[in-house]
Amino acid sequence: MIENNTYHVSESGHYGEFGGAYIPEMLYANVEALREKYLDIIAEPSFQAEYNTLLQDYVGRPSPLYLAHTLSQKYGANIYLKREDLNHTGAHKINNTIGQILLAKRLGKKRIIAETGAGQHGVATATVCALMKLECIVYMGAVDIVRQAPNVARMQMLGATVIPAESGSKTLKDATNEAIRDWINNAETTHYIIGSAIGPHPYPDMVTRFQAVISEEIKRQLLDKTGKDHPDYVVACVGGGSNAAGAFYHFLHDERVKLILAEAAGKGIDSGHSAATSILGTKGIIHGCMTLLMQTDDGQIIEPYSLSAGLDYPGIGPLHAHLIQSERATVHAATDDEAMASVIELSKSEGIIPALETAHALAILDRLDFKATDNVVICLSGRGDKDLNTYLKYIEEHQITL
Amino acid sequence: MASIRQTIIQKGGNILNVYFTAGYPTLESTAIIIKTLANKGVDLIELGMPYSDPLADGPTIQKSSEIALRNGQTIINILQQVKSVRQFTSIPIIMMGYFNQMLQYGVERFLRDAHDAGIQGLIIPDLPMEIYENEYFNLFNKYNIEISFLITPLTTKERVLQADRLSSGFLYVVSQSSITGNKGNISADQISYFDKIKALNLSSPTLIGFGIHDKETRAIANKYSHGAIVGSAFIRVLEDSHDLEHTIEKFVSEL
Repeated sequence: MIENNTYHVSESGHYGEFGGAYIPEMLYANVEALREKYLDIIAEPSFQAEYNTLLQDYVGRPSPLYLAHTLSQKYGANIYLKREDLNHTGAHKINNTIGQILLAKRLGKKRIIAETGAGQHGVATATVCALMKLECIVYMGAVDIVRQAPNVARMQMLGATVIPAESGSKTLKDATNEAIRDWINNAETTHYIIGSAIGPHPYPDMVTRFQAVISEEIKRQLLDKTGKDHPDYVVACVGGGSNAAGAFYHFLHDERVKLILAEAAGKGIDSGHSAATSILGTKGIIHGCMTLLMQTDDGQIIEPYSLSAGLDYPGIGPLHAHLIQSERATVHAATDDEAMASVIELSKSEGIIPALETAHALAILDRLDFKATDNVVICLSGRGDKDLNTYLKYIEEHQITL
Repeated sequence: MASIRQTIIQKGGNILNVYFTAGYPTLESTAIIIKTLANKGVDLIELGMPYSDPLADGPTIQKSSEIALRNGQTIINILQQVKSVRQFTSIPIIMMGYFNQMLQYGVERFLRDAHDAGIQGLIIPDLPMEIYENEYFNLFNKYNIEISFLITPLTTKERVLQADRLSSGFLYVVSQSSITGNKGNISADQISYFDKIKALNLSSPTLIGFGIHDKETRAIANKYSHGAIVGSAFIRVLEDSHDLEHTIEKFVSEL
């Protein structure tokens, strides 16, 4: 195994002992072409110019860094929210889809496929496909199609075809399987826009680079506001881990910054209905990379559970597996109920309805031991519009008085 | 027990390699299917290790894997099933599965137990050639397990030669860039790809698979390689079968 003593990807595509590309030969040509070209294409001045202009004028970047007064008071620290929820399409996902669609065009691809869990990545992909006039097919678990109906409608309005994944648990893992099978069948014409920091190398690194704009802006904005270019904590939720990867990227080697991940405990870590990969997972291969994943002794992948469709994934990006194993990052798990309590709290206290995924990052704040002078940045990865049905149902079922 | 490569070379061509998922349609059927296939003149058997997330497989094999897992199939059980048929048949048996299954079992333990059970070869589509060569080549040799790598129409010549050099069983020529289970005819593009591979005069015997489902497609595989691999088409007939032996006899005779 090739050793990698940094937190950046190695030449061979590894983060420590995680990562790599465990793919069938049918995908080799495509993945190899990407691996050979992605760094050069991203570095091209014309690519950078187009990417940055679209992020500014189309996505609405930089996204604000907001000092949340009520939260700060409650937790006894300066709590900043990095407002990725204010991006066009409502989440951080579009940072990556803008980058990948520009890459796909330069690779000469005519057709785009994507997987989606909560639907945010699907919407962000459908959006850039409409913008660039490319055919768009989104695979989405049949269960998720029901619980994230507004996002399905948005994708369809944007001209995408949404195909339900009916295999396995009918959620994100299965949508990813179906997208990979589509890619095998259409390797020459199609680019697969993976939405999370998962998959075979170079995907985890490519997605991380496109999301790194989050931490680049945090550095700058924090310097303006506090005179320091680094926070004491960065907190982000993690399913596959793209918003966390982006929020951490420029602080990975800055040991002054504590990196905190919030994963989904579902109904409780030991309940049998959980997606807490760092605790329940062991080393293995999922979707083409070596990482931590939930599996049986026989290597069968276990179907995870979280009320939040975006965190309902049995693996975790290889960068995060490495950060966790090397103790660079600390993980806390929040249950459905804890996340829901945070949704309601943030809505009332700050006037921001967060996505259910994002709420997991808020729900673990009381487990961190802040000093009054600490600057804490939470990646507010998405807005809660897509979750309104889930929220209203939960509030009714639990007889919560708003 | 005859080796896979020796079996192919001795016969010289028209090899029939039949794939099915171990534990499908029922747990008990594995031994019956192996014995019947061997009795009906099939040359090689590919035993699928059912997996929860078979990325390279189409709906037919996916479904058979789901059912086999629901039936309670495990790797240990598959190895026992193979051991149990070894008193009846010496037909070479190849196990096909995904690398995570081997990893969790332990690669060396897997190779040792497979060898002890009477397995001759492995096909692991998501085990990259580079990792095999650097990390596992010696172990496969130690336990005398023959590996067969896949090539597709998109595989470069350089990589075809690498797969040829590293394969100790046969070279698995994937007929088109797709998942398993196609039912269509073979196109002119595919024929020219088969021609190109044939012209390379590779050192490994070649078998063509993916989309080989009837007499016509098998005849083309025989013409351009040492023979055919049939998988999804066989699983489709098993699904509707009330009498496995009769179904298998009919299936093989019509190929």
